[in-house]
Amino acid sequence: MSDIKEKTDGLVSLVIDGQPVQAKEDWTVLETARHHHIHIPTLCYHEAVQANGGCRLCVVEAKEGNWSKIVVSCLYPVKEGLQISTSTAKVNNVRRWILEMLLAECPASKEIRALAEAYGVNSTRFKIDRPTEQCLLCGLCVRVCEEVVGVRAISFGSRGVNKQVTTPYMVPNNACVACGSCVTVCPTGAMQARLNMVRGNVSERTGHGHAH
Amino acid sequence: MDRAIMEGDPHAVLEGMLIGAYAVGASQGFLYVRTEYPIAVKNLKRAIDQARELGLLGQNILGTGFDFDVQINRGAGAFVCGESTALFSSIEGKAGEPRAKYIRSVERGLWGRPTVLNNVETLSNIPVIIEKGGDWYAHIGPANSPGTKAFSLVGKVKNVGLVEVPRGVPLSRIVEDIGGGVPGKDHFKAVQTGGPSGGCIPYSLKDVAVDFDSLTKIGSMMGSGGMIVMDDSDCVVDVARYFLHFLEEESCGKCLPCRLGLKGMVEFLDRFSRGEGSVEELDELVSLGEAIKDGALCALGGSAPNPVLTTIQYFRDEYLAHIIDKRCPAGVCKSLITYSIDKDKCTGCGLCVRNCPQGCITGETKTPHSINGEACVRCGMCLESCKFGAINVA
Repeated sequence: MSDIKEKTDGLVSLVIDGQPVQAKEDWTVLETARHHHIHIPTLCYHEAVQANGGCRLCVVEAKEGNWSKIVVSCLYPVKEGLQISTSTAKVNNVRRWILEMLLAECPASKEIRALAEAYGVNSTRFKIDRPTEQCLLCGLCVRVCEEVVGVRAISFGSRGVNKQVTTPYMVPNNACVACGSCVTVCPTGAMQARLNMVRGNVSERTGHGHAH
Repeated sequence: MDRAIMEGDPHAVLEGMLIGAYAVGASQGFLYVRTEYPIAVKNLKRAIDQARELGLLGQNILGTGFDFDVQINRGAGAFVCGESTALFSSIEGKAGEPRAKYIRSVERGLWGRPTVLNNVETLSNIPVIIEKGGDWYAHIGPANSPGTKAFSLVGKVKNVGLVEVPRGVPLSRIVEDIGGGVPGKDHFKAVQTGGPSGGCIPYSLKDVAVDFDSLTKIGSMMGSGGMIVMDDSDCVVDVARYFLHFLEEESCGKCLPCRLGLKGMVEFLDRFSRGEGSVEELDELVSLGEAIKDGALCALGGSAPNPVLTTIQYFRDEYLAHIIDKRCPAGVCKSLITYSIDKDKCTGCGLCVRNCPQGCITGETKTPHSINGEACVRCGMCLESCKFGAINVA
């Protein structure tokens, strides 16, 4: 192993699904897999913003020496000798249940339905509370607004099952520059329906009643 | 336990922090205390002031050139902030949500700086270990898990309160010898250890050694050191449902398995407690629990299925009684029980009539009463008020 390391100069060697691959030292498992055209499903991941490991769809089984563990590939750093399996019994169990949860959480999303079908999940055993919902709270809109646009016009409100994408203090604000980045990164199109919540009624925007 | 230490012996915590800081070369310490514990905050504040006055905190401590100070950060009542990375976020002024822990906090923790995070009980043990030596401490308890542990013993047990025992003692020693056993019963039914997300240990495992490895092996954990004793009047389906509901409410909502999975588990348990569901659904619930354990971001979600998984493992019959026989053996699940009055025991005193909020108990004074089952909401007020044990629950 050590002589490989010397030759490759800053690259680490690992195995994904039995295939030996090389990665740059600061890559994550997901970046490495994508580079080598190995498919891992994701929803809350986007190259433009920091990964946050929220949707857990990109779980893989990481094996190192005698131990193995389910980890999220979007955050797990590569390491020399690491063995990754993208579709073990445990991984598939996590993924299938998440997709089933998503079918109940955002039943109106075509993208979620297509993704679930691709993994053989066609129905859900969970209760559907909001039949028109498309948002899965992946937070890409919030992160792109903060990290890329730098205006923080949207944020998360509440906690747990009551969590929602909203604006600070839950009132429309003038911070939004109408760049549309949040709509672009949204994996399901849910953000489109929330634009008026962020900006208020544009024709009446005088500043009154808006947070600045 | 931690609350009792912070309230009763805050200097032990400060001394432990001071020794730790000196060992690793830290200059700033943080005490993260729930704001719901005002006495702990007050006593810690007083202890910090006293330590500063004596020159034990601050600049150039005791002329050694070593600087260290401590500040108190009060938590805003989020259970998830017991998770180290969520605690960091909270101190940083962000929402208390955990981060992935693939990079250790001793490398990158609070504000991205190397951070050592320890529990209050751990820190309070440091001064006495330094004073008496590591060998002395290592001789208490078993070799693989030395030392003592404090537990909060509550529930159906004669002596409730905080107990400190050497690690590795059998569970029965804590519950039966120290706790005095279950009042009026031969033995306990189950003990839930480790807080809301700990597992339920059945009586058949009463001799399990109470240490980290042994508890984890049987599906529970040491966790916060909570120990809730249950007897045959506690329904395991109801207990699991209660804890899962608590954890569902305390989930921060960052990761999907915890936010939606725990909600889903509660849906399953709600059905079971109403006598609905099937044996297949019981196995599906186990599969869902395993998925949440594997898939959740932090230890809240990772341990939350424990109460369900252990009760299904050790009390499967009781789940089946709900699902197949439509019966709650402990007489707890409201959809599956009926209240009736034992004609032989009822003296017709009328106490239950006065206490019944539905007004559904009728009968002449000094003659046996009866309950109108259709109007009864199964609140249990009659059972509580009856002095003659004439109320039957089945």
